[in-house]
Amino acid sequence: MRKLMKTTTSALAALAIAGSVAQAAEVEVLHWWTSGGEAAALNVLKGDLESQGIGWQDMPVAGGGGTEAMTVLRARVTSGDAPTAVQALGFDILDWGAQGALADLNEVAAQEGWDDVVPAALQAFAKYDGKWISAPVNVHSTNWVWANKAVLDANGIAVPETWEDFVAAVETLSAAGVTPIAHGGQAWQDATVFDAVAMSTGGPDFYKAAFIDMDEEALGSDTMKQAFDRMAFIRANVDDNFSGRDWNLATAMVINGEAGFQMMGDWAKGEFLNADKVPGQDFLCFRFPGTQDQVTFNADQFMMFDQGGVVSEEQAALASAILSPSFQSAFNVVKGSVPARTDVSDADFDACGKQGMKDLAAAAASGNLFGSMAHGHANPAGVKNAIYDVVTAHFNGEYDSETAVEELVDAVSIAQ
Amino acid sequence: MAVSSTDTAIRTGRVTRTLIYLVLVLFALFYLLPLYVMMVNSLKPLPEITGGGMMSLPQIWTIEPWLKAWSTAQIGVEPTGLRPYFWNSISMVVPAVAISTILGALNGYVLTKWRFRFDTILFGLMLFACFIPFQIVLIPMAAVLGFLGLAGSTAGLVLVHVVYGLGFSTLYFRNYYAVFPTELVRAAQIDGASFFQIFWRILLPSSGPIAVVCVIWQFTNIWNDFLFGASFASGEGAPMTVALNNLVQSSTGVKEYNVHFAGAILAALPTLLVYIVAGRYFVRGLMAGSVKG
Amino acid sequence: MSARPDADFQTRLQNLLPKLVLSPSLALIFFFVYGFILFTIYVSFTDSRILPFVGNGGVPAYDLIGFSNYQKLFSLSHWEIALTNMAIFAGLYIVICSALGLMLAIFLDQKIRGEGVLRPLYLYPMALSFIVTGTAWKWFLDPAIGLENIVQTWGWTSFTFDWIKNRDFAIYTVVLAAVWQSSGFVMAMFLAGLRGIDNEILKAAQMDGASNWNLYRRIIIPQLRPAFLSAFVILAHLAIKTFDLVIAMTGGGPGRATELPATFMYSYTFSRNQMGIGASSAVIMLMTIAAIMIPYLYAELREKK
Repeated sequence: MRKLMKTTTSALAALAIAGSVAQAAEVEVLHWWTSGGEAAALNVLKGDLESQGIGWQDMPVAGGGGTEAMTVLRARVTSGDAPTAVQALGFDILDWGAQGALADLNEVAAQEGWDDVVPAALQAFAKYDGKWISAPVNVHSTNWVWANKAVLDANGIAVPETWEDFVAAVETLSAAGVTPIAHGGQAWQDATVFDAVAMSTGGPDFYKAAFIDMDEEALGSDTMKQAFDRMAFIRANVDDNFSGRDWNLATAMVINGEAGFQMMGDWAKGEFLNADKVPGQDFLCFRFPGTQDQVTFNADQFMMFDQGGVVSEEQAALASAILSPSFQSAFNVVKGSVPARTDVSDADFDACGKQGMKDLAAAAASGNLFGSMAHGHANPAGVKNAIYDVVTAHFNGEYDSETAVEELVDAVSIAQ
Repeated sequence: MAVSSTDTAIRTGRVTRTLIYLVLVLFALFYLLPLYVMMVNSLKPLPEITGGGMMSLPQIWTIEPWLKAWSTAQIGVEPTGLRPYFWNSISMVVPAVAISTILGALNGYVLTKWRFRFDTILFGLMLFACFIPFQIVLIPMAAVLGFLGLAGSTAGLVLVHVVYGLGFSTLYFRNYYAVFPTELVRAAQIDGASFFQIFWRILLPSSGPIAVVCVIWQFTNIWNDFLFGASFASGEGAPMTVALNNLVQSSTGVKEYNVHFAGAILAALPTLLVYIVAGRYFVRGLMAGSVKG
Repeated sequence: MSARPDADFQTRLQNLLPKLVLSPSLALIFFFVYGFILFTIYVSFTDSRILPFVGNGGVPAYDLIGFSNYQKLFSLSHWEIALTNMAIFAGLYIVICSALGLMLAIFLDQKIRGEGVLRPLYLYPMALSFIVTGTAWKWFLDPAIGLENIVQTWGWTSFTFDWIKNRDFAIYTVVLAAVWQSSGFVMAMFLAGLRGIDNEILKAAQMDGASNWNLYRRIIIPQLRPAFLSAFVILAHLAIKTFDLVIAMTGGGPGRATELPATFMYSYTFSRNQMGIGASSAVIMLMTIAAIMIPYLYAELREKK
């Protein structure tokens, strides 16, 4: 049981306001969704639980795409005061699962039939040793391209279907004096582009071998070199000022018509909508050329910390609320992602959202749904960051493609 | 020459003074530069920023971002703004600064005026302690706080900040008292003054400037700490920086830069206030002191 | 005790008091600093991943793996970059901040009108958290948005200032922002020192006809020695802990050009789940600091005896 009452009986306590409120039933939720829309969407969940008489103690820690929250989580677990539910991504969930720190949600899962509606590729991150240990909230897909429709139309560019089309489109834009690709030079953004490029260059089998199985041969192959060459092409077609830029400002370049394309996950849609742009009319969303059938994803989940053997009633209620179709729809409409279960109605979603849901269901059915390397769903954090190092160094001109391939093989083997 | 002045007795010519003023003003401008960027951007609507006008004055002036940062911005699931977190920080910073400064002054006093064997080595060890990286402290500290039952409480945070502030506060006072005339202390001792009487009557009254430096340092560091605040406070007891961080950081959400800048300035107001108020004592502390005639 | 005469007890207490007063601080520091350092050294010899003493595979067990974390550490080009950057950054930062701080303090000490206004202006950067000021600096230094763009619109179209985007120069922009933040505080430390100097000595020297330059060089600056020690320790400490600034301004980039040991350590300990390597980098950092600080402290403190 979470320590509801803390006795702060030190000499210092006199100087401080001590203690937390004791409540019969409440959940403490550690998460990093603090920006306007997503936090408001999470508030829906809070309201849902409160209507069942369960209190919500909020513990938001933003920063570093969840890194800060994970750091705080370690401190909390070490001090013997783990939160009830914790937002987490991919391998972090499995790591905590391996430690036996998480509660077994199988009972709720069986009642609600999660096994049938959650895509298998996603289940791989929500189950450990056959047990459900976390409740998935959404699926982000990362191989999207965002484009300014007016810019494409003005230059007579259709949605590119293949890498060659894309190259042609980029060159047309470049000749017209428009920045072809809006990009922010931060390691994770470089890697996000690299994800899509590698998938498009080598196809799903190559992607799986290189990033998921971490097969040395695939990592050191000519295909990989070709993928790096394509990254160099992209590098040559971003503006001079790309390095360090936030992705939001790169998206703004597309919104303002300064640039044609941006490769970014589905969260970029929020920036367009916030600027009152309409999907299909003002901006286009399409899969990275050559990855039309594939979806690379990352998924936010809430893992439930073991509170003493059995899953508590509050945790069960929270888990079932998270996976309820109404919350999945309400939350993901706001967030830009798509529901983690494939049986939710797409009625409330916009064009890009509907497309995303359709793609996800199709990819899940055809075995084309893969965890995103750039977003920690293909390999463990150490390996992911080692790949980041190489991709970023190459993108910034530190390595040529050949060296990058060699470094990649080395870096991955050191990090394992 | 001005009687009340405690400035240096050095006198300078007119040309030199003009140059000095020029340099001082130029540097003031340099220091103000980022504040300018923050202020202008906090007073304009978001599209002006994302449209590329980061350096220009607002075309449309608005205080909306300030209001939003203060009272309606999303910090957690509820749109509370930074307001509720202010008190959390104050209730942590004030005791932590007070305790570490007092301990530092006493330590400095002992280390300079009551020398004993190994005192220099002990001081060296305290100094070196300043360099411990907080990242490695986090996990063992969490275990200790958990053991003491202080995890998730303000008292625990105060303890952490006192411990890691001690090295510095001792350093400031020790180095300040090092040049303080020891004869005065010896004379008082001969007059029969006790350990604490000497501290209270002789050293403390002339400690104004260094106390200001020490308080500024401790206040700033503790107020701006993020790592400990995020890890060792409960959600609603989180200090200001954690709230500011939640306001500013977003990985996959829309970034409202104007609100971020307004929030950053709001979050810094108490520290700025300390600088302005405490700054007066740079001069005043000395006027009561016995160093200068 | 009651058997002893009162006066004797008083003296004994007076003799013991200084040590009693010092002991709580010492106890705290020995436990929370040196104890934790030993702990870190131990962790650096284990294959700890997400938590101390939790090794590969995740089950709560770990192995002692000798120096292999250190071997890995030094085989990472990443660490090499971080160390080189540290040397450049710390060197420039400490020297520039001390020189600038001393200059401003001496100037402010000349019975300056408006000192009360200028002082907080120099100091305020310390108050602001770098998670946001980093963005302000980033924009100001960004060629398309900030200084370069402004100067070009003023008419000097060939002006370029793109250091922050340049792998070879980005670290200097980090120095610039860091100096901006803490030089004012160093100024305050020196100012406190200057205000503590006995004016009688100065007046006497002035009567002997010493020039201002000589007064500063021979009398005032030597008296500021303890303030220099404080400044050095503070600045070295700030240099080593520089973290938020890099994260907010450059994120370690372009590429890995502004990676510092603190960002390296955080990244390996917490985001890469390789706590063993993170701990070993912390140990190396502490050893480096010790190698620089101990001789300096020895020389500084011994003279006072």
